[in-house]
Amino acid sequence: MKIAVLIRRVPDTTAKIVVGSSGTTIDPTGIKFVANPYDEYAIEAAITLTADGGEAVAVAFGPDVVQETLRTALAMGVHRAVHLQGEPAADGLANARVLAEHLRDGGYDLILCGKLAVDDYNQQTGPMLGELLGLPCATSITSLEIADGTAKVMREVEGGTEAAECALPAVLSCDKGLNTPRLPGLKGIMGAKKKPLEVVPVSTGPVLATVVSLAMPPERPAGRIVGEGPDAVAALIEALTSEAKVL
Amino acid sequence: MTTILAVLEQRDGALRKGAAELIAAARQLADAQGGTVDALVFGAGAVSGTDALGAAGADRLLAATHADFAHYCPDGIVATVAGIAAGYRAIVTAATATGKDLAPRIAAAIGAPCGMDVTAVSLSGEAIRVVRPVYAGKAIQTLELTGTPVIAVRPAAYPPISAGKTAEAVAVTVPPFTRRLTVTGIAAPEQATIDVTEARVVVSGGRGLGEADKFALLEELAAAFEGDAAVGASRAVVDAGWIGHGAQVGQTGKTVAPELYFAIGISGAIQHLAGMRTARTIVAINRDKDAPIFKVADYGIVGDLFEVVPVLTAAVKAARG
Repeated sequence: MKIAVLIRRVPDTTAKIVVGSSGTTIDPTGIKFVANPYDEYAIEAAITLTADGGEAVAVAFGPDVVQETLRTALAMGVHRAVHLQGEPAADGLANARVLAEHLRDGGYDLILCGKLAVDDYNQQTGPMLGELLGLPCATSITSLEIADGTAKVMREVEGGTEAAECALPAVLSCDKGLNTPRLPGLKGIMGAKKKPLEVVPVSTGPVLATVVSLAMPPERPAGRIVGEGPDAVAALIEALTSEAKVL
Repeated sequence: MTTILAVLEQRDGALRKGAAELIAAARQLADAQGGTVDALVFGAGAVSGTDALGAAGADRLLAATHADFAHYCPDGIVATVAGIAAGYRAIVTAATATGKDLAPRIAAAIGAPCGMDVTAVSLSGEAIRVVRPVYAGKAIQTLELTGTPVIAVRPAAYPPISAGKTAEAVAVTVPPFTRRLTVTGIAAPEQATIDVTEARVVVSGGRGLGEADKFALLEELAAAFEGDAAVGASRAVVDAGWIGHGAQVGQTGKTVAPELYFAIGISGAIQHLAGMRTARTIVAINRDKDAPIFKVADYGIVGDLFEVVPVLTAAVKAARG
């Protein structure tokens, strides 16, 4: 089985976000960048599915710094990496087209990605690739079984779990619950430096979405401590009833 | 003419909640240029709940009927919407699990940009502007979309309106399509629970609970709200396996905006705050008075949650009488 895993480089979820001087992007100063947490489920799935043969290829679209993130995937165990070198746009479709162009003739049985990237929250790459490549696509999967060229998946929807199936090749976006991603070991990290990383210059076509502004959310007005211990419950109930009017 | 297409969601032959909110969002966008709103419903037969869509603000009710539409069928829906998209100024879906799956597919099929998980939408000349939380709500992005954008709108963003119309019913042709993905069914959880993203009240627990069994305390508090409340959790306890990942609130979990949010034994890590900071009222119960959660809470109780929560549960029951 030949699997492509799409990877994004994002700020660590513990990072404090500050708007940069451009007013449309964040200030990256002091921020630790990591592989998108949801992509780790995709990486883990790809490594597991190719453990007995086949190839897992990590693919990232972005500036040169994404090579660090690709090395993380290589250290975890993917076999090789492709850096689509260029500047992604704010338009998810423009970016998906770049990826589709590269993946189309790659002979992949599976294209895996995270359900979303924890920076732009666009959640578009998987389903757009499905459409652009004419492949079946299931998003936000929490389980995956592959047998006889068919993928059976589960995905969480409001108030239940949806079961779906499709033939391979397919595009699947991965959610928490799918597996437990491994940590790269020392041997993996050393080995990652020797694995092939191909650089392919790319550029986006027409862009139909642009960022007008990025701003901090409004601060919540200061609250108050209503008291200590169980004796404070009466004051809390009073506040929820007459001030907040939510009971 | 500004005509907005609202693609609605059904399950088991009944319209999902959130339809009226989505129509309200579409109405607001249409009214800005004296336009109209078409509501589009997919089903294997008649879908219940659609008779109220006119009152909610829809001018026309478009029904696409096909045997494959008993369950969610993205390939058939995309083919149908793509077939009629040319007449519309924008297409909206709800930013639910299904709506967020669907919106980018439609966008890719018609070559349009997609605005995901949007909290406000407005016309801006020839373009459409959307406001959306990014970095799990740590920042707010305003995007300008051109073409016929496909926009997934957060269910809580637009309250339902009362328009007093009767929607004109129109049958829509379902073009031939290849069903590449087959949804085979939806399994409900063993206990009927509501999702944290849909609950009016969320009762969340963190490491302060000490062990998995103690979630029973929170379930009792949630039960006091008689079906209005769901139990949520911090990342730490989900990762520890105390509760399923579907309950996780935060940057790598769900973003919730309930009327009332209880953070119990949760210190308030930045990635958790990102997922719940837009709740209308936040109550924190924590024994550490310096816990960051108290900075975002409207009301706090400093104390041992094992002493406070049972008293609170009894008091909520009494208050709701």
